[in-house]
Amino acid sequence: MTLIEEPRPDNLVLSPVKQSGLAEQMKRGLDAPICLTWELTYACNLQCVHCLSSSGRRDPRELTTEECEAVIDELQRMQVFYINIGGGEPTIRKDFWHLVRYAVDHGVGVKFSTNGSGIDAEVAEQLAESDYVDVQISIDGADAETNDHVRGEGSFATAVQAMEHLQAAGFEGFKISVVMTRHNIPQVDEFKAMADHYGAQLRLTRFRPSGRGADSWEALHPTDQQQRELYHWLMDHPDVLTGDSFFHLSALGEALPGLNLCGAGRVVCLIDPVGDVYACPFVLHDEFLAGSVRDDGGFQKVWQESDLFTELREPQSAGACASCGHFDACQGGCMAAKFFTGIPLDGPDPECVLGHGEEAMDSVARAAVSKDHSRTTVVLGRKPVS
Amino acid sequence: MTAAAFDADRAYRLHEQVALRPEPFGALAYHYGNRRLNFLRAKELVTLVESLADHDSVQAAFDAARIDPRRWPSFERALASLAASDFLVPDAHDAHEGAAA
Repeated sequence: MTLIEEPRPDNLVLSPVKQSGLAEQMKRGLDAPICLTWELTYACNLQCVHCLSSSGRRDPRELTTEECEAVIDELQRMQVFYINIGGGEPTIRKDFWHLVRYAVDHGVGVKFSTNGSGIDAEVAEQLAESDYVDVQISIDGADAETNDHVRGEGSFATAVQAMEHLQAAGFEGFKISVVMTRHNIPQVDEFKAMADHYGAQLRLTRFRPSGRGADSWEALHPTDQQQRELYHWLMDHPDVLTGDSFFHLSALGEALPGLNLCGAGRVVCLIDPVGDVYACPFVLHDEFLAGSVRDDGGFQKVWQESDLFTELREPQSAGACASCGHFDACQGGCMAAKFFTGIPLDGPDPECVLGHGEEAMDSVARAAVSKDHSRTTVVLGRKPVS
Repeated sequence: MTAAAFDADRAYRLHEQVALRPEPFGALAYHYGNRRLNFLRAKELVTLVESLADHDSVQAAFDAARIDPRRWPSFERALASLAASDFLVPDAHDAHEGAAA
Protein backbone atom coordinates (compact mmCIF):
# COMPACT_ATOMS: atom_id res chain seq x y z
CA MET A 1 0.00 0.00 0.00
CA THR A 2 1.28 3.44 -0.80
CA LEU A 3 0.85 6.00 1.92
CA ILE A 4 -0.23 8.83 -0.27
CA GLU A 5 -2.07 8.99 -3.52
CA GLU A 6 -1.50 11.95 -5.69
CA PRO A 7 -4.29 12.53 -8.13
CA ARG A 8 -4.15 14.56 -11.28
CA PRO A 9 -5.17 18.13 -10.55
CA ASP A 10 -8.83 17.83 -11.31
CA ASN A 11 -12.07 17.43 -9.44
CA LEU A 12 -12.16 13.75 -9.18
CA VAL A 13 -9.08 12.63 -10.94
CA LEU A 14 -7.04 10.36 -8.79
CA SER A 15 -3.96 8.40 -9.65
CA PRO A 16 -4.51 4.86 -10.92
CA VAL A 17 -5.48 2.84 -7.91
CA LYS A 18 -7.73 0.24 -9.51
CA GLN A 19 -9.20 -1.91 -6.77
CA SER A 20 -6.70 -0.96 -4.12
CA GLY A 21 -7.82 -0.05 -0.63
CA LEU A 22 -8.38 3.58 -1.50
CA ALA A 23 -10.97 2.90 -4.19
CA GLU A 24 -12.83 0.62 -1.78
CA GLN A 25 -12.76 3.32 0.87
CA MET A 26 -14.09 5.85 -1.63
CA LYS A 27 -16.98 3.54 -2.45
CA ARG A 28 -18.05 3.58 1.17
CA GLY A 29 -18.20 7.35 1.01
CA LEU A 30 -16.40 10.19 2.75
CA ASP A 31 -17.46 12.47 5.60
CA ALA A 32 -17.77 15.29 3.06
CA PRO A 33 -17.69 15.30 -0.73
CA ILE A 34 -14.41 15.80 -2.60
CA CYS A 35 -16.16 17.22 -5.59
CA LEU A 36 -19.30 19.22 -5.12
CA THR A 37 -21.02 20.80 -8.07
CA TRP A 38 -23.41 23.63 -7.38
CA GLU A 39 -25.62 24.82 -10.20
CA LEU A 40 -26.41 28.34 -9.01
CA THR A 41 -29.10 29.10 -11.56
CA TYR A 42 -31.04 27.50 -14.37
CA ALA A 43 -31.00 30.85 -16.19
CA CYS A 44 -28.81 30.84 -19.27
CA ASN A 45 -28.25 33.07 -22.28
CA LEU A 46 -27.51 29.95 -24.33
CA GLN A 47 -29.55 26.82 -24.86
CA CYS A 48 -26.99 24.14 -25.71
CA VAL A 49 -28.56 21.06 -27.24
CA HIS A 50 -26.77 18.75 -24.82
CA CYS A 51 -27.28 20.78 -21.61
CA LEU A 52 -27.28 18.28 -18.77
CA SER A 53 -29.54 20.51 -16.66
CA SER A 54 -31.91 21.54 -19.48
CA SER A 55 -31.19 25.14 -18.54
CA GLY A 56 -32.63 28.32 -19.96
CA ARG A 57 -35.21 29.84 -17.60
CA ARG A 58 -34.48 30.91 -14.05
CA ASP A 59 -36.40 28.93 -11.44
CA PRO A 60 -38.35 31.40 -9.26
CA ARG A 61 -37.66 29.27 -6.18
CA GLU A 62 -33.89 29.75 -6.60
CA LEU A 63 -31.90 29.92 -3.34
CA THR A 64 -31.61 33.48 -2.05
CA THR A 65 -28.26 35.14 -1.41
CA GLU A 66 -28.68 34.51 2.32
CA GLU A 67 -29.50 30.85 1.75
CA CYS A 68 -26.44 30.47 -0.47
CA GLU A 69 -24.26 32.05 2.19
CA ALA A 70 -25.63 29.62 4.76
CA VAL A 71 -24.76 26.70 2.48
CA ILE A 72 -21.21 28.06 2.09
CA ASP A 73 -20.92 28.38 5.89
CA GLU A 74 -21.89 24.75 6.15
CA LEU A 75 -19.40 23.67 3.47
CA GLN A 76 -16.71 25.52 5.38
CA ARG A 77 -17.60 23.61 8.54
CA MET A 78 -17.46 20.34 6.63
CA GLN A 79 -14.10 21.35 5.13
CA VAL A 80 -15.21 21.06 1.54
CA PHE A 81 -12.04 22.45 -0.05
CA TYR A 82 -13.60 23.83 -3.16
CA ILE A 83 -16.81 23.84 -5.13
CA ASN A 84 -17.53 23.66 -8.83
CA ILE A 85 -20.09 26.29 -9.67
CA GLY A 86 -22.13 25.93 -12.81
CA GLY A 87 -25.63 26.41 -14.09
CA GLY A 88 -27.15 27.61 -16.30
CA GLU A 89 -24.76 30.47 -16.78
CA PRO A 90 -23.80 31.27 -13.19
CA THR A 91 -22.47 34.76 -13.93
CA ILE A 92 -26.03 35.79 -14.77
CA ARG A 93 -26.93 35.78 -11.07
CA LYS A 94 -26.65 39.32 -9.76
CA ASP A 95 -24.99 38.10 -6.57
CA PHE A 96 -22.57 35.76 -8.40
CA TRP A 97 -19.37 37.69 -7.71
CA HIS A 98 -20.48 38.36 -4.15
CA LEU A 99 -20.98 34.61 -3.57
CA VAL A 100 -17.60 33.77 -5.12
CA ARG A 101 -15.95 36.24 -2.79
CA TYR A 102 -17.98 34.97 0.17
CA ALA A 103 -16.87 31.40 -0.52
CA VAL A 104 -13.20 32.33 -0.90
CA ASP A 105 -13.32 34.42 2.29
CA HIS A 106 -14.67 31.34 4.06
CA GLY A 107 -11.92 29.00 2.88
CA VAL A 108 -13.98 27.38 0.13
CA GLY A 109 -12.18 27.62 -3.20
CA VAL A 110 -14.25 28.12 -6.34
CA LYS A 111 -14.00 26.81 -9.84
CA PHE A 112 -16.80 28.06 -12.02
CA SER A 113 -17.93 27.03 -15.47
CA THR A 114 -19.00 29.71 -17.88
CA ASN A 115 -19.74 30.18 -21.53
CA GLY A 116 -17.55 33.26 -21.32
CA SER A 117 -20.26 35.88 -21.62
CA GLY A 118 -19.52 37.31 -18.17
CA ILE A 119 -15.74 37.55 -18.59
CA ASP A 120 -14.70 40.97 -19.83
CA ALA A 121 -11.21 42.48 -19.49
CA GLU A 122 -11.91 43.92 -16.04
CA VAL A 123 -13.37 40.69 -14.64
CA ALA A 124 -10.44 38.73 -16.10
CA GLU A 125 -7.99 40.95 -14.24
CA GLN A 126 -9.78 40.48 -10.95
CA LEU A 127 -9.87 36.72 -11.48
CA ALA A 128 -6.18 36.59 -12.28
CA GLU A 129 -5.43 38.11 -8.88
CA SER A 130 -7.02 35.33 -6.85
CA ASP A 131 -5.35 32.00 -6.14
CA TYR A 132 -8.64 30.66 -4.91
CA VAL A 133 -10.76 31.10 -8.00
CA ASP A 134 -10.44 28.98 -11.11
CA VAL A 135 -12.33 29.46 -14.36
CA GLN A 136 -13.55 26.89 -16.82
CA ILE A 137 -14.62 28.06 -20.26
CA SER A 138 -16.95 25.69 -22.07
CA ILE A 139 -16.62 25.10 -25.80
CA ASP A 140 -17.75 22.14 -27.83
CA GLY A 141 -15.96 22.68 -31.12
CA ALA A 142 -12.50 23.85 -32.14
CA ASP A 143 -14.10 26.16 -34.69
CA ALA A 144 -17.23 28.28 -34.72
CA GLU A 145 -19.11 25.97 -37.04
CA THR A 146 -18.71 22.84 -34.94
CA ASN A 147 -19.17 24.68 -31.65
CA ASP A 148 -22.17 26.81 -32.58
CA HIS A 149 -23.95 23.77 -33.99
CA VAL A 150 -24.32 22.57 -30.39
CA ARG A 151 -24.05 25.76 -28.33
CA GLY A 152 -25.74 28.32 -30.56
CA GLU A 153 -24.84 31.11 -32.93
CA GLY A 154 -22.01 33.36 -31.77
CA SER A 155 -21.11 31.25 -28.73
CA PHE A 156 -17.66 30.31 -30.06
CA ALA A 157 -16.69 33.96 -30.56
CA THR A 158 -17.87 34.77 -27.01
CA ALA A 159 -15.81 31.94 -25.51
CA VAL A 160 -12.70 32.88 -27.50
CA GLN A 161 -13.00 36.49 -26.41
CA ALA A 162 -13.18 35.39 -22.76
CA MET A 163 -10.06 33.26 -23.22
CA GLU A 164 -8.25 36.19 -24.75
CA HIS A 165 -9.20 38.38 -21.81
CA LEU A 166 -7.96 35.75 -19.35
CA GLN A 167 -4.69 35.34 -21.24
CA ALA A 168 -4.17 39.11 -21.46
CA ALA A 169 -4.78 39.38 -17.71
CA GLY A 170 -2.11 36.74 -17.07
CA PHE A 171 -4.52 34.10 -15.74
CA GLU A 172 -2.47 30.94 -16.20
CA GLY A 173 -3.93 27.48 -16.23
CA PHE A 174 -7.60 28.27 -16.61
CA LYS A 175 -9.56 25.35 -17.96
CA ILE A 176 -11.01 24.85 -21.41
CA SER A 177 -13.78 22.31 -21.01
CA VAL A 178 -15.08 20.25 -23.91
CA VAL A 179 -17.83 17.65 -23.95
CA MET A 180 -16.72 14.95 -26.39
CA THR A 181 -19.14 14.38 -29.27
CA ARG A 182 -19.17 12.67 -32.62
CA HIS A 183 -18.39 16.00 -34.29
CA ASN A 184 -15.53 17.21 -32.10
CA ILE A 185 -13.56 14.06 -31.29
CA PRO A 186 -11.69 14.47 -34.63
CA GLN A 187 -10.64 17.93 -33.38
CA VAL A 188 -9.03 16.77 -30.17
CA ASP A 189 -5.52 17.80 -31.25
CA GLU A 190 -6.85 21.24 -32.16
CA PHE A 191 -8.35 21.63 -28.68
CA LYS A 192 -5.00 20.74 -27.18
CA ALA A 193 -3.24 23.28 -29.38
CA MET A 194 -5.79 25.90 -28.38
CA ALA A 195 -5.24 25.21 -24.67
CA ASP A 196 -1.47 25.39 -25.14
CA HIS A 197 -1.85 28.66 -27.03
CA TYR A 198 -3.78 30.26 -24.16
CA GLY A 199 -1.63 28.75 -21.41
CA ALA A 200 -4.76 26.91 -20.35
CA GLN A 201 -5.43 23.33 -19.31
CA LEU A 202 -7.60 21.15 -21.49
CA ARG A 203 -10.44 19.25 -19.84
CA LEU A 204 -12.36 16.67 -21.84
CA THR A 205 -15.48 15.10 -20.42
CA ARG A 206 -17.93 12.49 -21.45
CA PHE A 207 -21.21 13.41 -23.15
CA ARG A 208 -24.12 11.97 -21.16
CA PRO A 209 -27.72 11.55 -22.24
CA SER A 210 -28.78 13.81 -19.35
CA GLY A 211 -31.12 16.80 -19.59
CA ARG A 212 -31.41 17.86 -23.23
CA GLY A 213 -28.56 15.45 -23.90
CA ALA A 214 -31.22 12.74 -23.97
CA ASP A 215 -32.68 14.28 -27.13
CA SER A 216 -29.34 14.89 -28.87
CA TRP A 217 -27.75 11.61 -27.75
CA GLU A 218 -28.38 9.65 -30.92
CA ALA A 219 -26.93 12.41 -33.09
CA LEU A 220 -23.95 13.35 -30.93
CA HIS A 221 -22.63 10.43 -28.94
CA PRO A 222 -19.29 9.08 -30.22
CA THR A 223 -19.03 6.03 -32.46
CA ASP A 224 -17.28 2.88 -31.23
CA GLN A 225 -14.28 3.71 -33.38
CA GLN A 226 -14.12 7.24 -31.96
CA GLN A 227 -14.26 5.88 -28.41
CA ARG A 228 -11.23 3.72 -29.20
CA GLU A 229 -9.34 6.67 -30.69
CA LEU A 230 -10.18 8.82 -27.70
CA TYR A 231 -9.00 6.15 -25.26
CA HIS A 232 -5.59 5.98 -26.92
CA TRP A 233 -5.37 9.75 -27.18
CA LEU A 234 -6.09 10.09 -23.45
CA MET A 235 -3.48 7.46 -22.63
CA ASP A 236 -0.99 9.48 -24.69
CA HIS A 237 -1.95 12.77 -22.96
CA PRO A 238 -1.96 12.15 -19.21
CA ASP A 239 -1.81 15.89 -18.57
CA VAL A 240 -5.27 16.40 -20.04
CA LEU A 241 -7.99 16.51 -17.37
CA THR A 242 -11.04 14.28 -17.66
CA GLY A 243 -12.94 14.55 -14.38
CA ASP A 244 -12.51 10.76 -14.31
CA SER A 245 -15.44 10.62 -16.70
CA PHE A 246 -14.22 8.07 -19.25
CA PHE A 247 -13.69 5.10 -16.97
CA HIS A 248 -16.01 2.98 -19.12
CA LEU A 249 -13.21 3.10 -21.74
CA SER A 250 -10.78 1.39 -19.38
CA ALA A 251 -12.19 -1.94 -20.57
CA LEU A 252 -10.20 -1.30 -23.77
CA GLY A 253 -6.92 -2.06 -22.03
CA GLU A 254 -4.82 -0.49 -19.34
CA ALA A 255 -6.92 1.63 -16.95
CA LEU A 256 -7.05 5.35 -17.61
CA PRO A 257 -5.55 7.48 -14.84
CA GLY A 258 -8.22 8.00 -12.20
CA LEU A 259 -10.29 6.23 -9.60
CA ASN A 260 -12.29 4.46 -12.28
CA LEU A 261 -15.46 4.20 -10.32
CA CYS A 262 -18.77 5.97 -10.14
CA GLY A 263 -18.42 8.63 -7.45
CA ALA A 264 -22.12 9.47 -7.29
CA GLY A 265 -23.20 10.04 -3.70
CA ARG A 266 -19.85 8.67 -2.51
CA VAL A 267 -17.36 11.43 -3.27
CA VAL A 268 -19.48 13.56 -5.61
CA CYS A 269 -22.85 15.25 -5.50
CA LEU A 270 -24.76 18.17 -6.92
CA ILE A 271 -26.76 21.02 -5.39
CA ASP A 272 -29.24 22.48 -7.85
CA PRO A 273 -30.45 26.11 -7.97
CA VAL A 274 -33.38 25.46 -5.62
CA GLY A 275 -31.19 23.61 -3.12
CA ASP A 276 -32.08 20.05 -4.09
CA VAL A 277 -29.19 17.63 -3.63
CA TYR A 278 -28.63 14.97 -6.29
CA ALA A 279 -26.15 12.08 -6.42
CA CYS A 280 -24.17 13.59 -9.29
CA PRO A 281 -24.37 16.43 -11.85
CA PHE A 282 -25.73 14.10 -14.50
CA VAL A 283 -28.77 12.73 -12.71
CA LEU A 284 -31.13 15.65 -12.20
CA HIS A 285 -34.07 13.32 -11.77
CA ASP A 286 -36.37 12.52 -8.83
CA GLU A 287 -34.93 9.02 -8.73
CA PHE A 288 -31.56 10.44 -7.59
CA LEU A 289 -32.81 13.24 -5.36
CA ALA A 290 -31.37 12.75 -1.87
CA GLY A 291 -32.87 15.77 -0.12
CA SER A 292 -32.60 19.54 0.04
CA VAL A 293 -30.27 22.00 1.73
CA ARG A 294 -33.51 23.65 2.86
CA ASP A 295 -34.43 20.58 4.96
CA ASP A 296 -33.71 20.46 8.70
CA GLY A 297 -30.08 19.47 9.14
CA GLY A 298 -29.12 21.12 5.88
CA PHE A 299 -26.63 19.78 3.38
CA GLN A 300 -24.59 17.88 5.93
CA LYS A 301 -27.50 15.70 6.95
CA VAL A 302 -28.35 14.95 3.33
CA TRP A 303 -24.73 14.03 2.57
CA GLN A 304 -24.19 11.92 5.66
CA GLU A 305 -27.60 10.40 6.35
CA SER A 306 -29.91 10.41 3.34
CA ASP A 307 -31.33 7.03 2.35
CA LEU A 308 -30.22 7.43 -1.25
CA PHE A 309 -26.58 8.20 -0.48
CA THR A 310 -26.46 5.46 2.15
CA GLU A 311 -27.71 3.01 -0.45
CA LEU A 312 -25.19 4.19 -3.09
CA ARG A 313 -22.37 3.56 -0.61
CA GLU A 314 -23.34 -0.05 -0.09
CA PRO A 315 -21.69 -2.73 -2.22
CA GLN A 316 -23.28 -2.63 -5.67
CA SER A 317 -24.21 -5.67 -7.69
CA ALA A 318 -22.34 -6.22 -10.95
CA GLY A 319 -25.66 -7.49 -12.33
CA ALA A 320 -25.61 -8.26 -16.01
CA CYS A 321 -21.88 -7.48 -16.14
CA ALA A 322 -20.90 -9.99 -13.42
CA SER A 323 -19.73 -12.57 -15.92
CA CYS A 324 -17.75 -10.08 -18.03
CA GLY A 325 -13.99 -10.25 -17.57
CA HIS A 326 -13.71 -6.47 -17.87
CA PHE A 327 -15.99 -5.47 -15.00
CA ASP A 328 -13.07 -4.65 -12.72
CA ALA A 329 -11.82 -2.19 -15.33
CA CYS A 330 -15.05 -0.37 -16.25
CA GLN A 331 -17.19 -1.03 -13.14
CA GLY A 332 -20.23 -1.28 -15.37
CA GLY A 333 -19.85 2.32 -16.52
CA CYS A 334 -21.86 5.44 -15.80
CA MET A 335 -25.07 5.33 -13.76
CA ALA A 336 -26.50 8.41 -15.48
CA ALA A 337 -25.75 7.13 -18.97
CA LYS A 338 -27.59 3.90 -18.17
CA PHE A 339 -30.55 5.55 -16.50
CA PHE A 340 -31.33 8.00 -19.28
CA THR A 341 -31.00 5.37 -21.98
CA GLY A 342 -33.39 3.08 -20.13
CA ILE A 343 -30.81 0.51 -19.03
CA PRO A 344 -31.12 -0.96 -15.51
CA LEU A 345 -28.46 0.39 -13.13
CA ASP A 346 -26.87 -3.04 -12.88
CA GLY A 347 -26.83 -3.38 -16.67
CA PRO A 348 -24.05 -2.43 -19.09
CA ASP A 349 -23.15 1.13 -20.02
CA PRO A 350 -24.90 2.22 -23.26
CA GLU A 351 -21.44 2.87 -24.71
CA CYS A 352 -19.94 -0.39 -23.39
CA VAL A 353 -16.80 -0.87 -25.50
CA LEU A 354 -17.60 -4.57 -25.81
CA GLY A 355 -20.92 -3.76 -27.43
CA HIS A 356 -23.19 -4.97 -24.64
CA GLY A 357 -24.95 -1.62 -24.37
CA GLU A 358 -26.82 -1.60 -27.67
CA GLU A 359 -29.11 -4.54 -27.00
CA ALA A 360 -29.75 -3.48 -23.39
CA MET A 361 -30.81 -0.03 -24.59
CA ASP A 362 -33.37 -1.33 -27.03
CA SER A 363 -35.13 -3.55 -24.55
CA VAL A 364 -36.53 -0.99 -22.13
CA ALA A 365 -38.35 2.29 -22.02
CA ARG A 366 -36.28 5.38 -21.38
CA ALA A 367 -36.66 7.56 -18.31
CA ALA A 368 -38.30 10.86 -19.04
CA VAL A 369 -36.46 14.04 -18.11
CA SER A 370 -38.17 15.30 -14.98
CA LYS A 371 -36.78 18.83 -14.84
CA ASP A 372 -36.89 21.02 -17.88
CA HIS A 373 -36.00 24.71 -17.78
CA SER A 374 -35.66 25.13 -21.53
CA ARG A 375 -37.00 28.44 -22.83
CA THR A 376 -38.07 27.00 -26.15
CA THR A 377 -37.85 23.71 -27.94
CA VAL A 378 -34.15 23.22 -28.56
CA VAL A 379 -32.98 21.64 -31.76
CA LEU A 380 -29.56 21.01 -33.21
CA GLY A 381 -28.27 23.77 -35.45
CA ARG A 382 -27.00 23.33 -38.96
CA LYS A 383 -24.87 20.22 -39.15
CA PRO A 384 -21.17 21.00 -39.45
CA VAL A 385 -19.40 19.72 -42.53
CA SER A 386 -16.75 17.32 -41.34
CA MET B 1 12.06 27.60 -9.32
CA THR B 2 13.28 24.07 -8.76
CA ALA B 3 12.50 22.35 -5.50
CA ALA B 4 15.54 21.01 -3.69
CA ALA B 5 15.64 17.27 -3.06
CA PHE B 6 13.84 16.15 0.07
CA ASP B 7 16.26 15.87 2.97
CA ALA B 8 15.14 14.18 6.20
CA ASP B 9 17.86 16.02 8.11
CA ARG B 10 16.13 19.31 7.40
CA ALA B 11 12.99 20.86 8.83
CA TYR B 12 9.75 21.00 6.85
CA ARG B 13 6.24 22.23 7.47
CA LEU B 14 2.92 22.13 5.69
CA HIS B 15 2.56 24.79 3.02
CA GLU B 16 0.38 27.57 4.37
CA GLN B 17 -2.13 27.05 1.56
CA VAL B 18 -2.61 23.37 2.36
CA ALA B 19 -5.63 22.16 4.31
CA LEU B 20 -6.03 18.70 5.86
CA ARG B 21 -9.42 17.07 6.31
CA PRO B 22 -9.60 14.01 8.56
CA GLU B 23 -11.09 10.92 6.92
CA PRO B 24 -11.43 7.32 8.11
CA PHE B 25 -8.34 6.27 6.10
CA GLY B 26 -6.17 9.19 7.22
CA ALA B 27 -6.73 12.57 5.63
CA LEU B 28 -7.42 14.39 2.43
CA ALA B 29 -4.97 17.18 1.72
CA TYR B 30 -5.78 20.03 -0.61
CA HIS B 31 -3.42 22.71 -1.86
CA TYR B 32 -5.27 25.92 -2.64
CA GLY B 33 -2.28 27.25 -4.55
CA ASN B 34 -1.72 24.52 -7.13
CA ARG B 35 -5.21 22.99 -6.66
CA ARG B 36 -3.87 19.51 -6.17
CA LEU B 37 -5.39 16.88 -3.97
CA ASN B 38 -3.49 14.23 -2.05
CA PHE B 39 -4.59 11.30 0.04
CA LEU B 40 -2.66 10.70 3.24
CA ARG B 41 -3.36 7.04 3.70
CA ALA B 42 -2.34 6.44 7.31
CA LYS B 43 -3.39 8.24 10.47
CA GLU B 44 0.23 8.11 11.70
CA LEU B 45 1.30 9.93 8.55
CA VAL B 46 -1.24 12.68 9.27
CA THR B 47 0.06 13.06 12.82
CA LEU B 48 3.63 13.10 11.57
CA VAL B 49 2.91 15.73 8.91
CA GLU B 50 1.14 17.94 11.42
CA SER B 51 4.06 17.66 13.86
CA LEU B 52 6.79 18.54 11.35
CA ALA B 53 6.73 22.24 12.15
CA ASP B 54 7.55 21.50 15.81
CA HIS B 55 10.84 19.83 15.00
CA ASP B 56 14.23 20.92 13.71
CA SER B 57 14.36 18.03 11.28
CA VAL B 58 12.11 15.37 9.79
CA GLN B 59 14.26 12.82 11.58
CA ALA B 60 13.48 14.44 14.92
CA ALA B 61 9.78 14.31 14.09
CA PHE B 62 10.08 10.58 13.31
CA ASP B 63 11.78 9.98 16.66
CA ALA B 64 9.16 11.96 18.55
CA ALA B 65 6.26 10.26 16.78
CA ARG B 66 7.54 6.83 17.90
CA ILE B 67 6.97 5.33 14.48
CA ASP B 68 8.50 1.89 14.01
CA PRO B 69 11.81 2.47 12.15
CA ARG B 70 10.88 -0.35 9.76
CA ARG B 71 8.10 1.90 8.46
CA TRP B 72 10.36 4.95 8.05
CA PRO B 73 11.24 4.33 4.39
CA SER B 74 7.59 4.29 3.28
CA PHE B 75 6.79 7.36 5.38
CA GLU B 76 9.83 9.15 4.02
CA ARG B 77 8.76 8.38 0.45
CA ALA B 78 5.34 9.81 1.24
CA LEU B 79 6.87 12.97 2.70
CA ALA B 80 9.23 13.34 -0.27
CA SER B 81 6.27 13.07 -2.60
CA LEU B 82 4.37 15.70 -0.63
CA ALA B 83 7.41 17.97 -0.79
CA ALA B 84 7.74 17.41 -4.54
CA SER B 85 4.20 18.67 -5.07
CA ASP B 86 4.81 21.64 -2.77
CA PHE B 87 2.51 20.38 0.03
CA LEU B 88 5.53 20.45 2.34
CA VAL B 89 8.05 23.25 2.27
CA PRO B 90 11.41 23.67 4.01
CA ASP B 91 10.85 25.38 7.34
CA ALA B 92 12.56 28.56 8.51
CA HIS B 93 13.75 27.08 11.79
CA ASP B 94 15.82 24.54 9.92
CA ALA B 95 18.82 23.50 12.04
CA HIS B 96 21.00 23.64 8.91
CA GLU B 97 19.74 27.01 7.83
CA GLY B 98 22.91 28.92 8.68
CA ALA B 99 25.22 26.41 7.04
CA ALA B 100 23.25 25.88 3.84
CA ALA B 101 23.77 29.26 2.25
